Amino acid sequence: MTTENQTSANKMPVPEKAPSAWERFKETHVWHSFIKDRVAQISLTIFMGYVIMALFAPAIAPFDPYDPTQIDIMNSELPPSWDEEMGDEQFWLGTDAQGRDLWSTILYGTRISLTIGICAVLLQATIGIIIGLIAGYRGGRVDNILMRFADVQLSFSTMMVAIVVLAVFQASFGTELYQDLARIMLVLVIGIAEWPQYARTIRASVLAEKKKEYVDAARVMGLGQMRIMFRHILPNTLSPILVISTVQVANAIISEASLSFLGLGMPVSQPSLGSLISSGFEYIFSGAWWITVIPGIVLVVLVLVMNLLGDWLRDVLNPKLYKG
Amino acid sequence: MTDSKITEQTDQQPETLVQIRGLYKKFNISGDFLDQLKFKGGKIVREQEFVHAINGVNLDIQKGEALCVVGESGCGKSTVARTVMGLITPSAGSISYRGERIDDLDDKQLLPYRKKMQMIFQNPYASLNPRMTIAQTLEEPVRLHNPDWSAQQVRDKVHEVMFSVGIDPSWGERFAHEFSGGQRQRISIARALAVDPEFIVADEPISALDVSIQAQVLNLLMDAQEKRNLTYLFITHDLAVVEHFGTRVAVMYLGSLCELAPTKTLFAKPRHPYTQALMSAIPRLEDDRPPHIKLQGEVPTPVNLPSGCVFHGRCPYANERCKQEIPKLITTDEGGQVACHGVEEGRI
Repeated sequence: MTTENQTSANKMPVPEKAPSAWERFKETHVWHSFIKDRVAQISLTIFMGYVIMALFAPAIAPFDPYDPTQIDIMNSELPPSWDEEMGDEQFWLGTDAQGRDLWSTILYGTRISLTIGICAVLLQATIGIIIGLIAGYRGGRVDNILMRFADVQLSFSTMMVAIVVLAVFQASFGTELYQDLARIMLVLVIGIAEWPQYARTIRASVLAEKKKEYVDAARVMGLGQMRIMFRHILPNTLSPILVISTVQVANAIISEASLSFLGLGMPVSQPSLGSLISSGFEYIFSGAWWITVIPGIVLVVLVLVMNLLGDWLRDVLNPKLYKG
Repeated sequence: MTDSKITEQTDQQPETLVQIRGLYKKFNISGDFLDQLKFKGGKIVREQEFVHAINGVNLDIQKGEALCVVGESGCGKSTVARTVMGLITPSAGSISYRGERIDDLDDKQLLPYRKKMQMIFQNPYASLNPRMTIAQTLEEPVRLHNPDWSAQQVRDKVHEVMFSVGIDPSWGERFAHEFSGGQRQRISIARALAVDPEFIVADEPISALDVSIQAQVLNLLMDAQEKRNLTYLFITHDLAVVEHFGTRVAVMYLGSLCELAPTKTLFAKPRHPYTQALMSAIPRLEDDRPPHIKLQGEVPTPVNLPSGCVFHGRCPYANERCKQEIPKLITTDEGGQVACHGVEEGRI
C-alpha cells in the first residue's frame, strides 16, 4: 500500500507507467513453461531458422533460381558436394534436372511455401473468425445457418475442392495465366476451403465467453454488438486461435505441397518445396535422389516443428491440461 | 393486468422511477425444433416445455429508495433484475422508466436509458474484461455516452469515480486480475457510476465477497446513494443486509411477488406465511424468540407451476381457494402489500 502511494506520488505529473509488455510477458505462464520445455525451445529455434532463411533467401542463396542466365543445363543432376566423384564445390546440395542449385532453390521454395501457408491461414482466420464470432454471439437461427454452411464446407475435403477449382481454372484460362496467378490461387483455395476449422473453434469459445458477466456489463453500458464482439469477446478467444493457427499453417503448407506435387500448384519455374519434390520424383530411380529427398526433409522438419510448437502452445494455453 | 389498488397507491407516492407491470418470463427448455417433436398416441406432436421464471410481477421502484428483492435461489429475482436492464426480453408485461416504456426498444433507442440505468454484477471475477486495463474498462462507458468530451475530460471523470470508490487512480494501467475481489467489485461500482446514472440494479453485489469486505462495499454503495442521489434495485438473499440497507423489501417465491413492504414493517410484522417462515430463519442471539417455522416439502419446479397460489403446497394455512385462485397484491394496514388469500380473508 505505502509503496503504491509513494510511486504514485513520485510520478504524479506523468501518468503512471505500467510494466512494459515484455516485462509482463516474462511473468506469464507461457514464458515460464517455455524456458522449461526443451522441445519447444528447439522447435522455435528451428522455426526461426526457417523464417530467417525465407526472409533473407535472396541474400543467402548463392544463385538466383529464377534467373535463367545463371542456370546452365550442363550442370543438371549434379549430386551434393560431399559426393567426391561427381559433386561440384559450387553446388552444396547438388543441382536439379534443370541445372539449378538445389540449396538456392530450396531457400526460395521455403519462402514460397511459408508465404502461401501464412497468407492462406490469414485468409482462413479472417473468414473463420468473423463467421464464428457472429454465429456464436448471435446464436439461434443465424448460428444454425452459418454452422450448416461450415458443415457443408467440411464435408468436401480440402484437396478435392482445391483440385477441382485449380484444374478447372487451369483448363479454362490456360497454363500461362495460371502460372502467373498460381500463388494467389493457392492462397484463395486453401484459405476458403479451411475456414470452418476456425469458425467452429471461435464459436465454441464465444459461446463460453458470452455467458460471462463482462459481456452483460458491456451490453448494459449500451455498446454496439460489433464492439462487444470484436473488442470484448475476440481478445478473450485469442489463445485457441493462436493454437490452431500454428497447426493450420503447417496444414496449409502440406496442402500446397500436395497440390504442387500433383502439378496443380506452383509452376516449375518458381518451385515451392512441393513442386521441387515433384520435379525430382521423375529422376529418383535414375539415382538423383537428392532432388526429392532433400526438399522432402526440409518440408517434413518444417511441418514437424510447427506441429510441435502448436502442441506445446495448446498444452500451455489450456488450463485444464496444465492444472489437471 | 394492472391491479387497481397498486395504481391508487402509486399516485400518492412521490415519484415512480421504474414501473414493472404484469411481467412474465418463460424460458424454452425443449431444445430445437427436432427435439420438440414427440411421438404420442400414433401421432407426431410438437411439445414445448418452459421454465416459468417470472409469473406476473408488479413492482414500482420509487426515486431515492433502495428496493431490496429477496428470495431463495431460483425464485426469479435475478431474472427480474436482468429483465429491467434489458438483458432479457420479457415474455409479457411492460417495464417503464419515468413513464416511458423501455422493454420494447432496440439497442439504439435504449442508449439514453443506459446512461440513466446501470448494473452491478454478482461475480467480480467475471464482470471485468480480463484483457482490458482498469482505465480502459472505465473510460469506455464514459466515451460512449459523452462522445463530445475531450480525452482530458474523460480521464478526469474516470479519476473522479475511481477516487470515489477508493481505488487509487494511478492503478488504472493494471489489469483486473491484479486486484482482489473487493477491489474488483469497487471497480465494477466505479464503472456503473462513471456515466452518472440515477438508477442502479445491483444483482447480489456482495454475495461473492469475503464477509469482512461485504460491509465495506455495502457502505460504499450507501455513500454513493447519498452523494449521487441514487435509486437501487438491490437483489440479495442476505436478510441482514436487507435490514441494514433497504428502504422497502420485496419477497419473491417461485417467480411471484409474495409481499412488498417497508423494511421496518416487514421485519416487525411479516404478513405472508412465506415471509414469516423466511424471517424466522434469520439466526438471532435471542432466547425468547418464537420457534423457527419449518416449511414442509420443497420448492416446486418452475417447469410445472402449481395452480392457484404458488405457495399453497407448503403453506400451513392453505385452503381450497388457495389451490384454485392466484392471489393478487392487496394493501395492508401497515402500508405494505401482500399477495395472500389468507391475509385478505383475515385468517392469518
